[in-house]
Amino acid sequence: MTYLHSIGEYFLMLKGVFGRMTKGSVLRSLIFKEIDELIMGSMGIVAFLSFFIGAVVAIQTALNLNNPLIPKSLVAYAARQSVILEFAPTFISIIMAGKVGSFITSSIGSMRVTEQIDALEVMGINSKNYLIFPKIIAMLTYPFVIAISMFLGILGAYTAAVLGGFVTSDQFITGLQDEFIPFHLTYAFIKTFLFAFILATVPAYHGYYMKGGALEVGEASTTSFVWTSVVLIVTNYAVTQLLLS
Amino acid sequence: MIQVKNLHKGFNEQEVLKGINYTFERGKTNLIIGQSGSGKSVFLKCMLGLFKPDEGTIEYDQKPYSTFSDEEQRELRTEMGMLFQGGALFDSMNVEENVMFPLKMFTKQRKSDMLKRVHEVLERVNLEGTGNKMPSEISGGMQKRVAIARAIVNKPKYLFCDEPNSGLDPQTATVIDNLIMDLTHENDITTVLITHDMNSVLEIGERIAFLKDGVLAWKGTKDEIFKTDDQAVTEFVYSSNLFQKVRVAQQKGI
Repeated sequence: MTYLHSIGEYFLMLKGVFGRMTKGSVLRSLIFKEIDELIMGSMGIVAFLSFFIGAVVAIQTALNLNNPLIPKSLVAYAARQSVILEFAPTFISIIMAGKVGSFITSSIGSMRVTEQIDALEVMGINSKNYLIFPKIIAMLTYPFVIAISMFLGILGAYTAAVLGGFVTSDQFITGLQDEFIPFHLTYAFIKTFLFAFILATVPAYHGYYMKGGALEVGEASTTSFVWTSVVLIVTNYAVTQLLLS
Repeated sequence: MIQVKNLHKGFNEQEVLKGINYTFERGKTNLIIGQSGSGKSVFLKCMLGLFKPDEGTIEYDQKPYSTFSDEEQRELRTEMGMLFQGGALFDSMNVEENVMFPLKMFTKQRKSDMLKRVHEVLERVNLEGTGNKMPSEISGGMQKRVAIARAIVNKPKYLFCDEPNSGLDPQTATVIDNLIMDLTHENDITTVLITHDMNSVLEIGERIAFLKDGVLAWKGTKDEIFKTDDQAVTEFVYSSNLFQKVRVAQQKGI
């Protein structure tokens, strides 16, 4: 029953988010602020992780290719497929659930604890729209983060595979172009958009409806990370089943 | 003026407000006092429109809130200023941005005009030169004054204060009390103030409503409250040692 109540509350929150809009000029500045905090602030960790994940995928694949009948270019093929289909969109989104999700929950949660949300409501401001809508719009730029993650993942794979002496540069480039299906990119970006929405709204829900004090803000951040990850994984499964099978 | 008629509000099975009738007068500081759990905060939240009454009406300048359209409700909220117990300043904004916030949200003024008004209000609450400071960089008393500045910047008709003195030293508390009373008189605002603080009652209690167990148990002024024979009120007022001594002194004619 509690879960059903929470799911209902989440959708009612979404209805409120797209309800009465905040003044355009205010909203615009809030969106830019959120892009800076949520997207630009995450670029460093995303770039770092993507590069090394790509590198590790390439090394692992190369080390497991013992059969001389299998072309070396498969290292690049495997790295490309892993990075584009799963590592960039899904793995990075789980990391973002920890970084961006916790930030959203704790910032909205502490506003709840210190009556700042009540202050907005008393002023006649739709607090859900004011606080959550700019985050959703800012997260629409999340696919750019994933595109960069894909590029750096493959660059990491190239660096590790070529500099590590597993394949030549030509073999890697050949493997990278081998049997490329453009729809895989479409699939990856479709789920990235869905993940972006989840990353903005599930943590916002946990922050907005939290009760208690500073300790509960910390608890809400942890719960938010767990539930955001669960929703991401389930959505990933559903989208993959729908689009690829 | 705010008129409350037969106000009932409950949660689940528990009735918190039991048929309150009261008028909050314009240009006066209207205090709501009572013990914890007496229903003061629920009463305030009903007046702010955060809780919907189960029964009864709240009239703002003789117009029942229940008859307000959505647009009128939004309009009314722009005419309300609220001072929260903890100040509720937006911690991502500096003092100037906090005070400017209602103007930015609800007016179409140019930035220069908004800044002029913000500085005017900050000067009124004796906070000139603090505009660039963040809320975390100023004291609790200053935060309360910033919150007052934010509450009055849009020239509200109604000012609501939830325990404005909590957590403040007596001297700062008196400053805040007097500031609220002066602003009420200067701007002809209907001020509704919840307090536990008997010093506030003594300082600014122009009209006092005493709540006990969700019922309006007594109403009067600061002069009348020290003379009343109502047992519930006297128990509340003289629960403080200081006021017990004042009472003994009064009885002895000192």
